[in-house]
Amino acid sequence: MAKFKYYYDLMSQPSRALWIALRLGKIPYEDCPVALRKSEQLKPEYQQINRFQKVPALVDGDFHLGESVAIVRYLADKGQFSEQLYPKALEQRARVDEFLEWQHLGVRLGCATYFLDMWLLPMNGIKPKPSAEKAAILSKNMESQLKILEEIWLKDTPFVVDNKMTVADLFGACEVEQTKLAHYDVGKKFPKIAEWMQRVREQASPHYDAAHEFIYKKSGMKPSNSKL
Amino acid sequence: MLNWLCKWFHSDSRALSDSCGPKVKMSLRFYYDLMSQPSRALYIIFKISNVQYQDCPVALRKGEHLTEEFKENINRFQRVPCIIDDGYKLAESIAILRYLSAKGKIPEHLYPKYFVEQARVDEFLEWHHITLRVTCSLFFRTIWMDPLLTGVRPSNEKIQHLTQHMEANLDIVENVWLQKTDFLTGQRLTAADIFAACEIEQIRLADYDVRIKYPKIKAWLKRVRAGCNPHYDNAHQYVYKISGTAPHAKL
Ligand SMILES: N[C@@H](CCC(=O)N[C@@H](CS)C(=O)NCC(=O)O)C(=O)O
Ligand SMILES: N[C@@H](CCC(=O)N[C@@H](CS)C(=O)NCC(=O)O)C(=O)O
Repeated sequence: MAKFKYYYDLMSQPSRALWIALRLGKIPYEDCPVALRKSEQLKPEYQQINRFQKVPALVDGDFHLGESVAIVRYLADKGQFSEQLYPKALEQRARVDEFLEWQHLGVRLGCATYFLDMWLLPMNGIKPKPSAEKAAILSKNMESQLKILEEIWLKDTPFVVDNKMTVADLFGACEVEQTKLAHYDVGKKFPKIAEWMQRVREQASPHYDAAHEFIYKKSGMKPSNSKL
Repeated sequence: MLNWLCKWFHSDSRALSDSCGPKVKMSLRFYYDLMSQPSRALYIIFKISNVQYQDCPVALRKGEHLTEEFKENINRFQRVPCIIDDGYKLAESIAILRYLSAKGKIPEHLYPKYFVEQARVDEFLEWHHITLRVTCSLFFRTIWMDPLLTGVRPSNEKIQHLTQHMEANLDIVENVWLQKTDFLTGQRLTAADIFAACEIEQIRLADYDVRIKYPKIKAWLKRVRAGCNPHYDNAHQYVYKISGTAPHAKL
């Protein structure tokens, strides 16, 4: 089977989730990094790759596909995705889907908005640093989503769907990791999330740490037993 | 005999949940509110697909989803739409669509089984959450719903800001998704079109007329409505009525 091309940037949360999943599943792919910090996604060449000019994206022969979750499903149906990470059994798969659909406007919107407004945009001079009042609103919005993760998804299971790690955990954890860049310490208010992230990290080792190397370094919030 | 059976089913289902229509006992219960965009999308899809379900309307405006009972017994996220299929509880409209499709309940023309075609529909459905859905529903909530609840109208500056964000995504629908095709993911109507149309119809409530700036969206909405009626108009009856903007043409 010819390898598909995987376009990604490890600074992007859904790119990392998919990158870790591909590595865990030992799926061969052609490595196509895209540097968001150099705005490579906005070049006309990249528009030919993905008309929405976002990462991650996939090119398989002449089939072009954006959207991380759509890519997971496409590869799973082609037999190029770990079955443990995206289970085939009807009810389990629907539960993983439930998380993947929830996360967009749930943990992703909350965490990514916080990260963008508190860190990325001010750092690049695109937006001023938020006022204390604004910052409080941003963290309240994010924490209302983290609370759902802590109290509902992780209510009585070690992973978001039952007892085994799935791609849902990877998507969730990569979003929460991103907030470290804005110096948010999730464990202070959400102990279950902090423990869960540790479990995800162990299960997804060593790819999880490799994917988060930059974030650990930049934020100074490296897990104490990381070999990096 | 029939009468007695009906009564029995009636009391049985009432005992499980007060909000469900008691007429026929079905293993699939569908909880929804026609004022909710993804609820309407699923409602239309179920009707077109002839999915048999027990009708369980939930009145969000009365806070029926906020009770402990709803959280415990129906949906832990306290939102609609959701289903209970023979005891299996599932939320998130798109997860529900995929689950029922895997069970063979949704025709392939609405949600393709062949993975290459399905991926195109998925690409739209996954794209729409943080783009079209979030900006249209923020627009609708801030301009229509919040003033109803608080009596305070948003400032013009705020309205302009919301409009800008929403239009950035309507632009993508007009210029990218509908660039070359009659429907969002090809030449045929799929679940993607139904989800998108339900989001866009919602902004009628905030007096936004999408047809003014977006000729392709205007023509596409007509096609979607024609392809889904009478279910489309039934699903939107309250949106039409409250906004006072029912489409003129009878289909
Ligand atoms: N819903 C999309 C999100 C993709 C996305 O937002 N990617 C960001 C990075 S996390 C991006 O490419 N941003 C570049 C840009 O907007 O210019 C997915 O899950 O794939
Ligand atoms: N992503 C979910 C969205 C569900 C959702 O946001 N439902 C809204 C109505 S459109 C709701 O139930 N809101 C009630 C509340 O938040 O209290 C889906 O597609 O099913």
